[in-house]
Amino acid sequence: MGYFPAVEILQQEKLTADCFRISLICPQIAGSARPGQFLHVKINPGLEPLLRRPFSVHAVNRETGEIALLYRVVGRGTRLLAQKRKGDSLDLIGPLGRGFDLPAAGQRVALVAGGIGIAPLYFLLQTLAGAGNSPDVLLGARTAQELLLVRKVQELVNGGVLKEQLSIKKGRPGSHNGSLSTFPGRVMVATDDGSCGHRGPVTDLLAGLLAEEKVEMVYACGPAAMLKVVASLLERYGVDGEVSLEERMGCGIGACLSCVCKTRGGNRQDFSYRRVCLEGPVFKARDVVWGD
Amino acid sequence: MKKPNLAVEIAGLKLKNPVLTASGTFGFGAEYTPFLDLNRLGAVVVKSLTLKPREGNPTPRLVETPAGILNSIGLQNPGVDSFLTEHFPSLRQFATPVIVSIAGNTVEEYAAVAEKLSRAAGIAALEVNISCPNVEQGGLQFGADPAGAAEVTRAVKGATGLPVIVKLSPNVTSIAEIAWAVAEAGADALSLINTLTGMAIDVHRRRPVLGNLTGGLSGPAVRPVAVRAVWEVYRVVRVPIIGMGGIVCAADALEFILAGARAVAVGTANFLNPRATIEILEGIEHYLEENEIADINELVGAAHIF
Ligand SMILES: Cc1cc2nc3c(=O)[nH]c(=O)nc-3n(C[C@H](O)[C@H](O)[C@H](O)COP(=O)(O)OP(=O)(O)OC[C@H]3O[C@@H](n4cnc5c(N)ncnc54)[C@H](O)[C@@H]3O)c2cc1C
Ligand SMILES: Cc1cc2nc3c(=O)[nH]c(=O)nc-3n(C[C@H](O)[C@H](O)[C@H](O)COP(=O)(O)O)c2cc1C
Ligand code: FES
Repeated sequence: MGYFPAVEILQQEKLTADCFRISLICPQIAGSARPGQFLHVKINPGLEPLLRRPFSVHAVNRETGEIALLYRVVGRGTRLLAQKRKGDSLDLIGPLGRGFDLPAAGQRVALVAGGIGIAPLYFLLQTLAGAGNSPDVLLGARTAQELLLVRKVQELVNGGVLKEQLSIKKGRPGSHNGSLSTFPGRVMVATDDGSCGHRGPVTDLLAGLLAEEKVEMVYACGPAAMLKVVASLLERYGVDGEVSLEERMGCGIGACLSCVCKTRGGNRQDFSYRRVCLEGPVFKARDVVWGD
Repeated sequence: MKKPNLAVEIAGLKLKNPVLTASGTFGFGAEYTPFLDLNRLGAVVVKSLTLKPREGNPTPRLVETPAGILNSIGLQNPGVDSFLTEHFPSLRQFATPVIVSIAGNTVEEYAAVAEKLSRAAGIAALEVNISCPNVEQGGLQFGADPAGAAEVTRAVKGATGLPVIVKLSPNVTSIAEIAWAVAEAGADALSLINTLTGMAIDVHRRRPVLGNLTGGLSGPAVRPVAVRAVWEVYRVVRVPIIGMGGIVCAADALEFILAGARAVAVGTANFLNPRATIEILEGIEHYLEENEIADINELVGAAHIF
């Protein structure tokens, strides 16, 4: 972990109406980051915005020293981040937190991304692909327009291209249910409005996979409501999994106790608080005590 | 010119410089060792400890507001015993005094925590937090009135031989009156200010943002309030003051010193810049050199004309 007060931006790309990818040059982070870890980013010096914002490491290139963040504009800080241009710099602390535990060799893996949740899972996918593991990847979004990185994910999941499924459907939303091919390493898509892939939540696709009994390890990132469903499916099928959580952060390094989430274990019967920035952001799905 | 003197004395403690960390923003010190050398700090003030571990408040516990943050951590801490066995041994290794902040539900609990800490060797002083706005008990119900504040102070003084610093709340009609009462009760120094009670409402959800509904405001937004508090208290009590509230740079720290603080503590700024304490320290030193001031103590209260 390090403190890098001026990291140069190489590129900022707009991927969808409100999602951007920013790439930076920071060999130390590129060399040491593990999938699931995050960076604590001071978007501007001074008071606007005041606090750092946490973003997952989205991709790294260990040779060139490049790192990338993938983010959605949701408020003040991300709006200011979207104004950054090539040559500007960001102030970063990282890599921070506990990342994903990599699967055992040969384990059948599924990644489940809801919306911007693909950000850390893409780095995990890069790492798995590099180790010869070709997981199933389930991508969810509200609409086809909001789907992120489908092509790039397909490239990494060798051979798992399902062209028909991914073409944007006009007129017959929901008629296609992202059918399960037999190919190892499939990319499946779900949209809320059915404009691409399965119509409905991405967790429907996970339920299908789990029913097939072929998945041994699941990694998920997305909205809390989705992760809660993922955790209950994993419990029902007795499958291991990890989830990446979000909480509002102050320090990002374990000092302020702002970012806690409820987990099982610890001194108390019902729950104990653990820090998302230090003991997380990745937790075993079964360890999390989910709220309403 | 020879290097200016930065050493100050607070409650009988000799500190190598006047830059401290604010309780609750610096964990137990170890969190910041990747970023700075703890040996360089005037003192480390750790998160408030209670007799038994505390879980703290529901989330969200933090929200950014204009030039500030609202927090409602609610004194989550591992308890005094676990601090002594798990966190203190490594923190002690540094050549920097460790000031332990304490809190309690009752006067007896404050005294009990103070007593436990006094039996452990190596603690430099206690900071008595009677000013946390985020707990139902043990915070403001003592800090908000002179009699309650004095009672806790006396109880802690009676339970320990360590220097006792009492941390005051700005959420009162007259902080000077409380400072006076606490000083009379035997406090060796005062810390001010703790956070200001505040609130933020999410207009989309139409609900308060924080899980605890209200929280404590800190950061640059509170600095003018804090400087005024130090100014007022300096005029009525002779015990040394540790000033804090929104300090992010050396000039901010100097405002407090000129208002009457003998030392300063850095809180929220640690979240923005993990090296804030060191940069503030270097900035103060630079200011002294540039203005040919031989000793930081010459500046304490220098903005007052009596
Ligand atoms: C470990 C971790 C990794 C993350 N990775 C990504 C990522 O890769 N891509 C991405 O787009 N987003 C990610 N997020 C969420 C991202 O941090 C927030 O969207 C961002 O902080 C919003 O800032 P804002 O100023 O635009 O929003 P505002 O709502 O104006 O922010 C106000 C405050 O709330 C906090 N906040 C708001 N939403 C969230 C949230 N969902 N989680 C945590 N804090 C929040 C902000 O940090 C800020 O302190 C991650 C969050 C965490 C905790
Ligand atoms: C997240 C957070 C936690 C805090 N916890 C404590 C605490 O446990 N005990 C205490 O006396 N003050 C606590 N404070 C108050 C600070 O020590 C300090 O008095 C206040 O934040 C003002 O200084 P600042 O503006 O530099 O942060 C906390 C402040 C913050 C922001
Ligand atoms: S953000 Fe401060 S403890 Fe996690």
